[in-house]
Amino acid sequence: MATVADAHDFWGTIGARIGLIRRNYRVAPGLYAIGSATPQSPVLVTANYKLSFDALRLRLGGVDAWILVVDTRGINVWCAAGKGTFSSEEVIESVQRYQLNEVVHHRELIVPQLAAPGVAAQVVKKRSGWSVLFGPIRSADIPRYLQANKTADQTMREVSFTLQERLVLIPVELFLLGKPLVLLLLGGFLLSGIGPYIFSFQAAWHSGLAFLYSTGLGIFSGAVLTPLFLPWLPFRQFWLKGILTALPVLAAASVWTSSLTGLGQIALALWAVAISSYLAMNFTGSTPFTSPSGVEKEMRLGLPVQAFTALTACTLWVARAFIF
Amino acid sequence: MRGYRYLQEVSTLSYTQERCIGCGLCVQVCPHQILTLSGKQVHIRDIDLCMECGACAHNCPTEALSVRPGVGCAVAILNGWKNRLLGTTKFGDCC
Repeated sequence: MATVADAHDFWGTIGARIGLIRRNYRVAPGLYAIGSATPQSPVLVTANYKLSFDALRLRLGGVDAWILVVDTRGINVWCAAGKGTFSSEEVIESVQRYQLNEVVHHRELIVPQLAAPGVAAQVVKKRSGWSVLFGPIRSADIPRYLQANKTADQTMREVSFTLQERLVLIPVELFLLGKPLVLLLLGGFLLSGIGPYIFSFQAAWHSGLAFLYSTGLGIFSGAVLTPLFLPWLPFRQFWLKGILTALPVLAAASVWTSSLTGLGQIALALWAVAISSYLAMNFTGSTPFTSPSGVEKEMRLGLPVQAFTALTACTLWVARAFIF
Repeated sequence: MRGYRYLQEVSTLSYTQERCIGCGLCVQVCPHQILTLSGKQVHIRDIDLCMECGACAHNCPTEALSVRPGVGCAVAILNGWKNRLLGTTKFGDCC
């Protein structure tokens, strides 16, 4: 197995990052040899998501090792562990299925630390006799971990969320909007056409564009600015962060909506705030530090506020056509 | 992980000292390194940094640690609410 990426890997990574082939970017489960792997070489376990597998193999230049790819249904290590597909059972079964005991002489598996919510070392040991060592979080640290006689320092064991790590998530945040966004905009164009004349296609188109523009502003502040500036934004709750990032965007964009009446401007501003707040709240799922108890708590307050704001925005938007 | 803190006093993580054998596996697997081992006793350094991933409790051989594990994802929680409301299981997780 190569430890250098080729053009096919490059385009595949782009495809997976923007969400086009995200759910179907799999590697065949099995045992792969890296370098000149021998029966004494370490066994590194990973998920069968291609980005997980690539992250690992592309960092192993100059290392002799085995990679055991377990079937996580094409899901990355951490998510699969949380869902229970990267589990003790799956690891045990893979060890047996690919006859690892005939390939290597030792009985040691190096499992990614982030698989620990699904893989229990004591369970694997008891049922299969194989020892589980939890390796570092980032595959880039694996050569160093192996050199240090399979010990990881604290930095290797702690997750990070750097600017670069946040940046790569933005494309998929945007592309996953897809279908709900189309429905939302369709509804927006319909609302925009309502007036004293019952319905006007010209109004639907003309005002609908303003509605589209406001939706775009909300998406920009909620799904781009919020991830980008995350550590510097005040408030712990993400739905509040989303409201905050919408404000400067609206201030900067107000020039463009100056052709609207005051009521129309307020409606579109509220709409953008609601969208931004919702998308910021959605970003909790992409961060490595939000707890389910916390997200549930903030949603109990944030979701009703967002719904009320969006509803008010729509009401004002329709009312604006009747008031001069 | 510097620069990030989420909501306070929400984590369901709890520790029963009497059960702990001090193996230290929990200290190793915590992705926020909030647990420390002194002698045969684990200390929770900062519970508000816990994201309830469940790694520690899942790897504790004596069930000294417990947590209600899950993913801190708005979509997953919304889907959970939908399932409970409709009595279905059709809405999945987020990732």
